[in-house]
Amino acid sequence: MNLVYAASACVAIAATIMVITRRNAVHALLYLVVSLLAVAVIMLLLGAAFVAALEVIIYAGAIMVLFVFVIMLIGPRNDTVSARDWIGPVILGLILLAELLYIIAAGPFAPLAVKEVDPRQVGIALLGPYLIGVEVTAFLLLAGLVGAFHLGRRLAVTLGRKGD
Amino acid sequence: MASVPFEYGLAVAGVLFVLGLTGVLVRRNLLFILLCVEIMLNAAGLAFIVAGARWGQPDGQVMFIFLLSMAAAEVAVGLALILLLYSRRKDLDSDALGMGGATTPGGSPGTARPASPVGAARARPPAVGVPQGGTRR
Repeated sequence: MNLVYAASACVAIAATIMVITRRNAVHALLYLVVSLLAVAVIMLLLGAAFVAALEVIIYAGAIMVLFVFVIMLIGPRNDTVSARDWIGPVILGLILLAELLYIIAAGPFAPLAVKEVDPRQVGIALLGPYLIGVEVTAFLLLAGLVGAFHLGRRLAVTLGRKGD
Repeated sequence: MASVPFEYGLAVAGVLFVLGLTGVLVRRNLLFILLCVEIMLNAAGLAFIVAGARWGQPDGQVMFIFLLSMAAAEVAVGLALILLLYSRRKDLDSDALGMGGATTPGGSPGTARPASPVGAARARPPAVGVPQGGTRR
C-alpha cells in the first residue's frame, strides 16, 4: 500500500503542475479532476473512506461541473480537442485505475492510520461538539446562495440590456 | 514504520498548497486564479485528513467537511462574479481589469468604476475598451 500511496501522490503533484501551466481552461480542468481523484485515493489509504467519497462527489463532481458550466458560458477559444490534449489526463487516470484495481484485488487492507475513523464517529463529532460549526456553515451556504442569486440577477439584467 | 506516511502526506499537502499559491501569483486569468484557490483549499483539506489520521480522531474529517461546504459557497459566488465581470468587460485578465499593479488604472475610463449597487442603470459595459497593457498569460 505504500507504493500505491506514493504513486497517487506523484499523480496528484504532476496533475497539479499541469493545471497551473495549461493555457486552455478546459485542459486545466481535466487535470484538476485527475488531481482531486488522486487526493481522494490518498485519503482512502489514510482510512478516511467517507471523506474520500465526499471529495469525489462534491469536489470532482459538483464544483468542477460549476467550472465547466462557466467555461462553456464564457466560450472556449477552440472547440476541437485533439488526441494530444487528452493523452496526459488519460495516462494519469489510467495510473489511478490501476491503483483502484490493485486495491480491489488485494482485498481488505489495513489503513495507514493509527486506527480507522469510521463515518459514525465523524457524524457523532459533527453533530455533537461541532454543532455550532454546522449552524455557521448553514449560514455560510445561505449567504453563498443569496449572493449567487443576487449576482445572477444582475447578470440577467446586463444580458437583457445588451440584447435590446 | 507507521509514521512515515503521515510525513509524506503532509509533504504532499504542502507541495500542492505551494503549487496552488504559485498559480494564484503567476496566472492572470481570473478563472485560473479561482481554480488555483481551489487547489490550495484542497491541499489544506488533505492536511486536515492526514492530521486526523495521525491521531485517530474524527476532528480532521469534520474540518474537511466544513472546508468542503465553504469551498462550494465560495465557488458559487466567485463564479457568479466572474460571469458578471465577463459579461461587462469581455475579458478576464486581472491586470487589464485594473486589479494588478502592473498597469495604472487611472488613465482609462473603464477601470476605476466602483461596483456600486446603483447597478444596472449606469451599466454600459462592453463599449469601454479594455485598457492596454497587461499581456495575457
